[in-house]
Amino acid sequence: MNAPLKRTPLYDIHVALGAKMVPFAGWEMPVQYPLGIQAEHKATRTGAGLFDVSHMGEFEVTGPDRNAFVNRITCNDVGALGTGDVQYSALLTQEGTFVDDCTVYRFEDKVMLVVNAANIDKDWAHVVAQKGGANVRLKNISDDVGLLALQGPTAEAVLAPVTDIPLDDLGYYKFTTGKVAGADCFVSRTGYTGEDGFEIYCRLRDTEAIWRALEGPGRAQAIGLGARDSLRLEVAYPLYGNDIDDTTTPLEAGLGWIVKIDKGCPFTGSDALRAQKGRGVTRRFVGFKLLDRGIPRHGFPVFYEGSQVDIVRSGCMSPSLGIPIGTTYLPVAATKPGTRFEVESRGVRIPAEVVKRPFYTEGTARKAK
Amino acid sequence: MSNVPADLLYTTDHEYVMKTSDPAIVQVGITDYAQGELGDVVFVNLPTKGDKFGAHAVFGTIEAVKAVSELYSPLAGEVIEVNGALDANPAAVNTDPYGEGYLVKIRVTDAGEMGSLLSAEAYKKHIGE
Repeated sequence: MNAPLKRTPLYDIHVALGAKMVPFAGWEMPVQYPLGIQAEHKATRTGAGLFDVSHMGEFEVTGPDRNAFVNRITCNDVGALGTGDVQYSALLTQEGTFVDDCTVYRFEDKVMLVVNAANIDKDWAHVVAQKGGANVRLKNISDDVGLLALQGPTAEAVLAPVTDIPLDDLGYYKFTTGKVAGADCFVSRTGYTGEDGFEIYCRLRDTEAIWRALEGPGRAQAIGLGARDSLRLEVAYPLYGNDIDDTTTPLEAGLGWIVKIDKGCPFTGSDALRAQKGRGVTRRFVGFKLLDRGIPRHGFPVFYEGSQVDIVRSGCMSPSLGIPIGTTYLPVAATKPGTRFEVESRGVRIPAEVVKRPFYTEGTARKAK
Repeated sequence: MSNVPADLLYTTDHEYVMKTSDPAIVQVGITDYAQGELGDVVFVNLPTKGDKFGAHAVFGTIEAVKAVSELYSPLAGEVIEVNGALDANPAAVNTDPYGEGYLVKIRVTDAGEMGSLLSAEAYKKHIGE
């Protein structure tokens, strides 16, 4: 169980910047730099933040059946993708619950799946087990790929001087290949913050040079996992292990838009989701705010009409809004914005109210182009 | 290195005790080291004026973005002042723990208890600095 923690190629840089390093999903990662979580959060909302997310996993699928195979193991429609498109999707169990959420990159000659660091081994086993007779080659390239996220309204201005990629032509959820700081990369206009920005995939050995070209005064502020979490929560992007897991389905999680039941081929979990859709879900993922002081923490019990119905899935003091926000699952009848319920914080029940997601609506992320 | 003022007394729970002009009254807060370990403080739950606590009793909670910590009364006494400004500006605990970011003022029951607190030197050793 206690395997030594893995380090990304930027470990020494994080330490030199004064980061507080913590164990995360088997990795030793920066949770914050000396600037602090809230200031890092605001730096990303107003300027540019740079995140080391090299711990995330990447699987490469090649061979003649690659698109059909990925279409069969993910719930969104790979057939809708052209070369250079990125898609938010998920790997599901036969029961229609999440193995993980993921992004799918369609290349001319391959498909890449990007998965959560904590789930790499589980996801890999899940993908390999479904290969069957498909004419594909599967490769777990997680240990060969560095990944940096550059996020914020000035992300394009920070990246443009050090890349040959015409960024203005790169639409939301599109990717292309090119050079950043002289190194070969894939760059996508994607992210986990609600701001405009990019995710930069590179060879492991080039990660440091790219980081150095982007981080620093007048460019991007280094951002730790703490602010990464509050940034994604403010825009209600789900986090596997908190908001979604192998007991929840995309239909319950408000992610029906990534479930393409009628895409023309069955996929793992499709029968269960078709049945759930027919019956109707009994609970739904909601955002809420606390109406009294306190902070909703993951795991706090959630009560509706006197009975415990769930736990707080994610929660924080929203740095942008200055109010305590969180997520949970409530019975369908209780999911209308304005509905009151209670969150128990260390023995004290605090009133809460369902609010619309996302909590924060001023993000600069481009809408589909 | 944390700021550990030489003229204050400390507890192993990272609270400090600052004497005031009235020998029976002390100001209590968390140390610079403690605020650094907690990170951005977003919420402080303090007692009300008139509450009485024994030494080492929990008198409140402090929540940072990624951490929650109980607050322990360094001495037995009665709360005579609560730093209400922290409701609106909890970050003062980070920026000025020995000043604007103090927590409460206490009328000490037994001034003799002061002898059980740590000196600045002993506290520095406690935090490994």
